[in-house]
Amino acid sequence: MTSTTVPTGLYTHRSRRARKLGATLSVTAIAGALCLLFVLPLLYMLSASFTDPKVTSIPDKPLYPAITETVNYRDPNTGIETELTVYDVPGYGRLALVDQKFYPLESTFVNPDTGELKQIAVDTFSLRPIWHFHMTLDNFTAAINTINPDFGLLFRNTFIIAITGTIGAVLSAILVAYGFARFRIPGRDGLFLVLIGTIMLPFQVILIPQFIIFQSIGWVPSWLPLIVPHFFANAYNVFLLRQYFLTLPRELDEAAMMDGASPWRILTSVIIPQSWPAIIAVTLFHFFFAWNDFLGPLIYTSGNEQLWPIAIGLNNFNTVYRGAGATSMIQAGALISVLLPVAIFFVAQRVFMRGVVISGVEK
Amino acid sequence: MAIVQETDVLTTAAPKRRLSMTQRETAWGLLFLSPWLIGLAMFTAVPMLISFLLSFTEFDLMHPGTTKFVFLDNYAWMFSDPNTITSFIVTVKFAVISVPTSIFLALGVAILVNQKLLAGKRVFRTLFFMPVQIPLVASTIIWLDFLSGQTGWLKFIMEDVSGAIGNFLGIIPGLGGVATEFKTFLAPDWFNSTEWAIPGLILIGLWGIGNMMLIFLAGLQAVPTELYEAARVDGAGPWRQFRNVTLPMISPVFFYNLLLNIIGAAQYFTQVYVIAGPLGNPDHQTFVYNLNLYDEAWTYNRMGHGCALAWLMFVIILGVSLIMFRTSARWVFYAGGER
Repeated sequence: MTSTTVPTGLYTHRSRRARKLGATLSVTAIAGALCLLFVLPLLYMLSASFTDPKVTSIPDKPLYPAITETVNYRDPNTGIETELTVYDVPGYGRLALVDQKFYPLESTFVNPDTGELKQIAVDTFSLRPIWHFHMTLDNFTAAINTINPDFGLLFRNTFIIAITGTIGAVLSAILVAYGFARFRIPGRDGLFLVLIGTIMLPFQVILIPQFIIFQSIGWVPSWLPLIVPHFFANAYNVFLLRQYFLTLPRELDEAAMMDGASPWRILTSVIIPQSWPAIIAVTLFHFFFAWNDFLGPLIYTSGNEQLWPIAIGLNNFNTVYRGAGATSMIQAGALISVLLPVAIFFVAQRVFMRGVVISGVEK
Repeated sequence: MAIVQETDVLTTAAPKRRLSMTQRETAWGLLFLSPWLIGLAMFTAVPMLISFLLSFTEFDLMHPGTTKFVFLDNYAWMFSDPNTITSFIVTVKFAVISVPTSIFLALGVAILVNQKLLAGKRVFRTLFFMPVQIPLVASTIIWLDFLSGQTGWLKFIMEDVSGAIGNFLGIIPGLGGVATEFKTFLAPDWFNSTEWAIPGLILIGLWGIGNMMLIFLAGLQAVPTELYEAARVDGAGPWRQFRNVTLPMISPVFFYNLLLNIIGAAQYFTQVYVIAGPLGNPDHQTFVYNLNLYDEAWTYNRMGHGCALAWLMFVIILGVSLIMFRTSARWVFYAGGER
């Protein structure tokens, strides 16, 4: 018995490791495949925005940025030079189509290298062009030159709205969260429930009257309706900061209080210095919210395009040029508009991900 | 204890001249809460009241002098207006399909990226989360072309995969018919087709499961490992462990995700506006509730209709939330007991 168990034990040990490796590989492969599906739309955007706009409407082009091979052909009779597409003709190889006839009539082809003409009976509609890898920046210049108003103004507007709004959102959320986390106020728990309840309040209910109010005080069209309300604390941000403040030890507060520090001093010199991760999370959340916001700017700034943020400008760009089939230019515009948010996200991804978890789980 | 005594000394030392400690604490607290309290009144409570009152009137912003009290007419209008009925059906259809699919996909991805055996967990978590952070208008435009029925990648992928399956089935004798069907499969032209437009929107929505996934992930990681060990000792396999340990333990986060997702579906607007325009093309197939509300209030300037629509939505969301909270005792399990 024992003489056989020892080698088997060794054997199973090794095979268990092999099995574990196999399991790791297969789990990772499944995740990788699913992840590829998630990343594909972004790869599409990249590929489309670097693809030559001349070929965007050709259906079976390769997935990488590519261009069809062409050759300049001078007609010996007329002397007119034209640009011809080179096809992969089955059985003949690379040939440029000179004169197209309906199959079974013979179409005329020319060999792009030798200039030799050939008559071939082939269904020209089934021919596939020859593709070469080719990247162009034309779409970006086109997008920059076409979008109205220009990117500079759109980004400037977005920054002003986002940064002023973020300052208001962060400052007010810090004050209110501090109030909820550290002060015993009669009815505090009820107020806190009201705060959480406003998360569930559909924005539609207050959208129209807010618009009417802002309109009647002359704030439409302007940025004020997109900025001022954020100075009055948003439930998500307050909730996130309060949860964080509650985890800070009270001993430091109390020590400061003993030293005669006012609640304001305690906030600025004890609470805030310990809370940078949460404060940065709230800052980024609001900045992204403002960058993203669509309905707000749509109703408050559409009257004046000089006030448009990027979301409205990009949507307008898409609506106007989609009909013209300018797919690659529109994708290039979209790419320009997401560069900054995506860069910020990758730099600060951990802050984001932790912030989502704090506001979602610890309820 | 020492602190309490200390404060007692302080208050007795300066009697009556100052506010008591608790009064001072209340005053300071209210001072700190005041931004929110003022905002709540100005930007939530008063607008809600106005919106409620306006829902009983005919109100044209351009001609406020012509405002008329019409009592329940706006509400009666809602239930007879074909556009409103269409928009309601479209939103319900959208929510009924999109909420469960996105929640279960988020849970599935969370379980996947929580696997001990997965290599490169952090990279995967970041990549699955990232799409949420792409500005909505841009991400919608990306998807609009990605799903194009002429040059979109999804069309190529679906048709290539289907063709490969067809070629494979073609080898097997007797499956010629099925094989041809696979080979000649044409991918839908999502947003130009009446039956595929809503599924297209749902597909785009699945791209944004990042937040839910992270919340599920945190929930999964909070399940004590002893529970799994105990279940294993009792002979539970992976499915029974999931069913009897994981699911009950993550039911609070499931509840949270479900609630926010339903509310999100009711508030759906930006993506559909970018794709389908204010009319919900093609042929009103994507005419969600908020497009109707936007059109009534801003395109046709009928604010009374808009307010009535908003209040109906509010009442429905309130009703759904109440039902969920009421029934939650039966299916949401709080490990810490009642809170």
